Amino acid sequence: MRYLMERSARLVVTLFLVSVITFMLVVLLPGDPALQVLGTDFTEADYLAVRDELGLDDPLPIRYVDWLGGVFQGDLGTSYRTNQPVLEAIVDRVPVTFQVMVVGLAIALLVSIPLAMIAAYRANTKTDTTVSTASLAMLSIPNFMLALILIFYLSVHLGWFPATGWVSFASDPVASLRATLLPALALAGAEIGVYTRLLRNDMIATLQEDFITLARAKGASTPRVLFRHALRPSSLSLATVLGVQVGVALGGSVIVETIFALPGIGRLLVDSIFQRDLMIVQGVVLFIAVVYVVANFAVDLLYGVLDPRIRKGSASATA
Amino acid sequence: MPRPEDPQQGRADVPGDGTTTVEPGTGVPATPPQTPGEEAEPAATRKRRRRKRRPLGVMTWLALVWLVLVVAGAVLAGILPLHPPAGTDVLNNLRPPLESMSNPLGTDGLGRDLLSRVVYGSRVSLIVAFVAVAIGSTIGGTIGLLVGYFRGKADTLVMGFVDVMLAFPGLVLLLTVIAFVGRSLTTISLTIGLLSIPIYTRVSRANTMAVASREFVTASKAMGARTSRVLFREIAPNVILPLSAYALVTVGVIIVLEGALSFLGLSIDQPTPTWGGIINEGRRHLAAAPHVSAVPSMVMFLTVISLNLVGDKLRQRFDVKGTNL
Repeated sequence: MRYLMERSARLVVTLFLVSVITFMLVVLLPGDPALQVLGTDFTEADYLAVRDELGLDDPLPIRYVDWLGGVFQGDLGTSYRTNQPVLEAIVDRVPVTFQVMVVGLAIALLVSIPLAMIAAYRANTKTDTTVSTASLAMLSIPNFMLALILIFYLSVHLGWFPATGWVSFASDPVASLRATLLPALALAGAEIGVYTRLLRNDMIATLQEDFITLARAKGASTPRVLFRHALRPSSLSLATVLGVQVGVALGGSVIVETIFALPGIGRLLVDSIFQRDLMIVQGVVLFIAVVYVVANFAVDLLYGVLDPRIRKGSASATA
Repeated sequence: MPRPEDPQQGRADVPGDGTTTVEPGTGVPATPPQTPGEEAEPAATRKRRRRKRRPLGVMTWLALVWLVLVVAGAVLAGILPLHPPAGTDVLNNLRPPLESMSNPLGTDGLGRDLLSRVVYGSRVSLIVAFVAVAIGSTIGGTIGLLVGYFRGKADTLVMGFVDVMLAFPGLVLLLTVIAFVGRSLTTISLTIGLLSIPIYTRVSRANTMAVASREFVTASKAMGARTSRVLFREIAPNVILPLSAYALVTVGVIIVLEGALSFLGLSIDQPTPTWGGIINEGRRHLAAAPHVSAVPSMVMFLTVISLNLVGDKLRQRFDVKGTNL
């Protein structure tokens, strides 16, 4: 309980500072929002009116409080270009990014957990070396490169998957998953490398512990030992990195969504940057940072589930 | 002082892309509360071990040779017998690799020589990566050394700030800043460098805290050494090694990051060739002439994996725990 309180307090402080930095980021960057709203044809009076309306001449702390007040009411401002509410633009696009990320994560875990187990179980054999080298190679392939490789083989050559485009899950689940698979694989590539390496290392350590010997002595089969006894205590660093990977995947979605022409958050960010639509940029950066912070908060709580010793606040976890 | 409730301890990817999310100084992060003490060691132990260390594998040698080649190519691009990287020859476009001696790696959609473009493109990648790493590791390393040694309020404050900065996915922050401050070589290198300070601060601080409690530091203090001596003569040399092994891996991460930027068209403007830029140009020829994207991709992949391989080896070497396993 104390653990939970402490973590929550930190969460609030971090979120507050994140909001300050996001706000400052957009304020400090060059570019006059009033000029964007006005377009090309306007008078001096129009200009001053718009600046006043947007509150651009108020002192910074007041602008920040105004903005934050809006944020709490779900008002992230409106796009200077299209007049669409920023929150609406984000909410429209979240499901796409989310779907790709979840499928990507599932693929990454499904591939890397068994791989890591085999490598750890046969540590320092040829199998292990092969898996380790392959995972190093996987994490050395930038996602935009992997995306192109996938498009080249699976869509240009074999024609199995569409190269670009998006179908929403609600309208046609099968077509939607087909459209999701390539981008998800592109995101999963590096993650497979990262997870496999981490889990292999942790698992090698776990497999040397007494309770594993005990489980074996009891006559538990190898898969049972690996999945039931060894996986959970080995997954602490995996959980940490999972939290970090949420950020990586959000960054990666910028690239993957651009390549595959998916209407997600990442593409929204890139497009808004090219169009210098500051309000959307601000909204998306805040949204991504908040998701990232909250995801890592969730991982913190997950520690307690994975290893009760942390929940009780004892000094050392797994030795 | 292991802090099991702090996941940040283990969080060591460069802001950003993090294709290589490896723990600083540990290929073996046995527990998320990364115990300080597993990555630094006094020079004496290091010397003793050097004698019985394993020889570098073939892979590592190949990686080193490749890195030397790439760096040499970037430095000597001007005097190598290469086509001008922007010299178009439309009649001779989309030639596949190995077809003619004149364009050994083929040509792109405008008939520009790919070998030349890839070699010149390496300049951008390498300059951005080295400048950014130099800035980030020097400033971040120093801050981490100071707060890790003195601790106290400054430490809490600095690490709080570091935590918040790392709450922004690197690529997202980078994109936003670059888009508005401009896309020259200088601004890109500076921005990546400044944005990576927090991560080096964390790595350096963790290592400093581990070293600061060692006997040889206590001995030095007991002998009446001044604080500056303890910091820079006793502690710093033991922090620099793991920090530079980490920096080597981040060079790869930054090359990928710059590649992503130029792939999105947000890095240095045309006509300067960049690896990511060439890969992106090749996208439209993917069906007919996949080599336009494949050649720079291959070069970039080999460079990044070489950096990871060498970085891995270095980290194993500086990592007491890893060698005992």
